[in-house]
Amino acid sequence: MKLLEYQAKEVLASLGIAIPPGRVAHTPDEAASACAELGPVAVKAQVPVGGRGKAGGIKLAGTPEEARAAAQQIIGMDIKGFKVPLVYCESALDIGREIYLGFTVDRDARANILMLSARGGMDIEQVAEESPDSIARLYPNPWRGPLDFELSQLVYEAGLGELARPLAALIKKLYRAIPELDAVTAEINPLVITKSGDMVAGDAKLETDENSAWRHKDLEQRYGGGVEGDPYEAEAKKRGLTYVSLDGEVGIIGNGAGLCMSTLDLVQRAGGRAANFCDIGGGAKAEVVENALAVILMNPKVKGVLINVFGGITRGDEVAKGIVTARDRLQMKLPLVVRLSGTREEEGRAILHQNGIEPGANAWEAAQKIVALTRELDTPPALRATSPQGGEAR
Amino acid sequence: MSILLDANTRVIVQGITGREGTFHAEQMQQVGTKVVGGTSPGKGGTTHVGVPVFNTVAEAVKATGANASGIFVPPPFAPDAIMEAAANGIELIVCITEGIPIQDMIRVKDYLRGYPRARLLGPNCPGLITPGAAKIGIIPQRVASRGSVGLVSRSGTLTYEVGSALTAAGMGQSTIVGIGGDPILGLTFKDVIELFEKDPQTTHLVVIGEIGGSDEERAAELLAKGSRLKTVAFISGRTAPEGKRMGHAGAIISGNRGTAKSKEEAFRAAGVAVAETTDDIVGLLRSA
Repeated sequence: MKLLEYQAKEVLASLGIAIPPGRVAHTPDEAASACAELGPVAVKAQVPVGGRGKAGGIKLAGTPEEARAAAQQIIGMDIKGFKVPLVYCESALDIGREIYLGFTVDRDARANILMLSARGGMDIEQVAEESPDSIARLYPNPWRGPLDFELSQLVYEAGLGELARPLAALIKKLYRAIPELDAVTAEINPLVITKSGDMVAGDAKLETDENSAWRHKDLEQRYGGGVEGDPYEAEAKKRGLTYVSLDGEVGIIGNGAGLCMSTLDLVQRAGGRAANFCDIGGGAKAEVVENALAVILMNPKVKGVLINVFGGITRGDEVAKGIVTARDRLQMKLPLVVRLSGTREEEGRAILHQNGIEPGANAWEAAQKIVALTRELDTPPALRATSPQGGEAR
Repeated sequence: MSILLDANTRVIVQGITGREGTFHAEQMQQVGTKVVGGTSPGKGGTTHVGVPVFNTVAEAVKATGANASGIFVPPPFAPDAIMEAAANGIELIVCITEGIPIQDMIRVKDYLRGYPRARLLGPNCPGLITPGAAKIGIIPQRVASRGSVGLVSRSGTLTYEVGSALTAAGMGQSTIVGIGGDPILGLTFKDVIELFEKDPQTTHLVVIGEIGGSDEERAAELLAKGSRLKTVAFISGRTAPEGKRMGHAGAIISGNRGTAKSKEEAFRAAGVAVAETTDDIVGLLRSA
C-alpha cells in the first residue's frame, strides 16, 4: 500500500520522528483556515506518486487567500493519472540543509538497503548516477536491525559526522517501519536540518507490502481507502483482481503474470494496443473470468477482448464453459477471442466455437485475430446492451 | 542425467494434508516421484495419500531419509517451513506458496546463509520436473518430455507454454525449473544455468525472463564468459508500462537495469539468440 504524504508523516510521527505542523484540506476554504492557523504554508497535492513538485502540485502560500487560491488550483488536478483529492497544508520550514534518507528492498542483494546522503533534495537520482559514492549504503541484518556502530559508520561515510548522534537515532526510528509495519520503501527526502538545528521530515514516502496486509489490518483500515486513481483499477481491486489499466483498445485477460505480459507484447506486435493487464491466476474459474470481463467492459475504449489461458492442470472444457457463462451473464457483444490450452483443450475449443467465440490455436494467431476484429469494429450504439446488474455492459 | 532432481530423490511434502498438498502429492506420485512422506503438525502417525505423515520435518527426515521437500503451506507459515527444512538437512527446498511477505523472505534468505547445502527454489514458483523421473511442485506432466533441453523460467504459465511447444516439436527437456516471480528468491537464473552447464545430458538451454530485477542480466554475464549450451532467451513484458513509482530509492539502486531492453541487450551481447515471441523459441533453438 502506498501511503500519501500526510499519512506517511503520521506514521513517522508515531515512530518519534519530527514532522512540520500541518493540516489536511479537502476544500479551498479548509486550506485558507489551515493557513490562518499555521501561518505561511506549503500547499501540497496528496497523490501516491512522485514528481508532484515538478507537475505544479506544490505551491507556497503566505496568506489564507493565497492558500485558498493554491488549493483551488491543485485540488482536482491530474498528476500522472491521479486526480488530486485533497491537499496538505504544512508550515514552511526554515531550511538550513537537506539530507536524503531512505530504505528499500534491494532485490538483487535479497536484502533491505539503507541509504544516506548529504546531498538530499529533488535531484537525488541524478546524484546517484553522477556520484554514487556520495550515497552511503548499509545492509542491516534483517533479524536484529542495524547496530549502533553500523549506523555511526553510515553517517560518517555520508560526510554527516557532525550530526552522528541525532541522525543515527533518527535512522533507528525510521528502521522500525520495517519490522513493525512491513514497509518495503520508506524515504525522507529531504530530511531538513533547520537553521535552528532541528531535524524534521520535509517530505515522506512510505510503501508497505501488500503480501503482509493480513497482519496490519489497522493500517489497512486507517489508510486503505487511498486515492481513487484509475476507476477501473479501483473496481478491479474491490473484486480481488490483479489489474493495471493501459491506454489501448484491446482488453486482455491471462493466467499468470508472465503469460499475461507476453500477451500484451503479442497484441502490440500485431499492431494493436492493450487496454489493460489482467492476471486471473491459476484455475480460471467462471466467477473470476466474469469479474475480469466486467471490469474490462467498464472501459468505453475497449473494442474487443483477448483471453489467453494456459491451463496447466485446469481442464480446458471447464475454462471454456466459464468463459461462455461470463460472456452471457454480462451480455457481452464485443468481439472475443480466446486462446485456450490445457487438458481437454479440444473439447474446450469445441464449446467456444458452438457458442460463437473464436478460439485461437496459438497466442500469436489469437492476438492477430483480435487486433483485426477490433480494427473492423466501429462500435455502433446498437451493440451496447444493459447488464443484469443495471450497469452498462457492451 | 538431469539437474537437482531425479528418480532417486527422496521427497517429503510439507503441508501434505492440506487441499493443495494432497492434490499435488498425488500428482507427484503419478509421475514417479519418490514421495517418502509428509508433514502436518498434529497429524503425525497417520497415513495420507499412501505415505506416512509426521509432525515435524525432523521426524520425517529421521524416519525416511528425505533429502528434498515441496512446501504447500499458506503464506503465514511458509517462511518457517523453509527454515525448518533447511535446519533439518533438506538439500532441495521447493516453495510453491504464493504471497509470502517480502520482509519474511529477507529474513529467511539471511537464515539460509547458515545452511549452504540447502538450495531453495521459489517461493511463488511452479517447482521443477525432470521428465520421466520426478517432479516437485505443480508443473503439469503433459507439457514435459524427456530430452536434452534445459528450461529455466521466472513465470509459471509461460514455462508450461514453452515446455509444451518444445514437447510438440520433439525437443525434450533434461529438467524444467521454475525459479518463481517474487522479488526475493532462492535459486537464480545464474545458479540454475551453472547446474545445466555441468549436466552432460543438457545440450540446449532456454531462459524465460521477465522485466524487473537484474537476474537476467547476471545470467547473460555468465553466458558471455563462454558456454557449451546452445541458448535462446525470451523476455516477457517489453510493452509493460513503468510502474507508478514513488520515491527515488528504487531508482538509486537499480538505475537502468531491469527493463526488457536491458535484458535483451545483455543476452545479445553474450551471443545468445533472443526470441521475439514464445512461438519463435523452437525455431531459434533448432538453428542455434
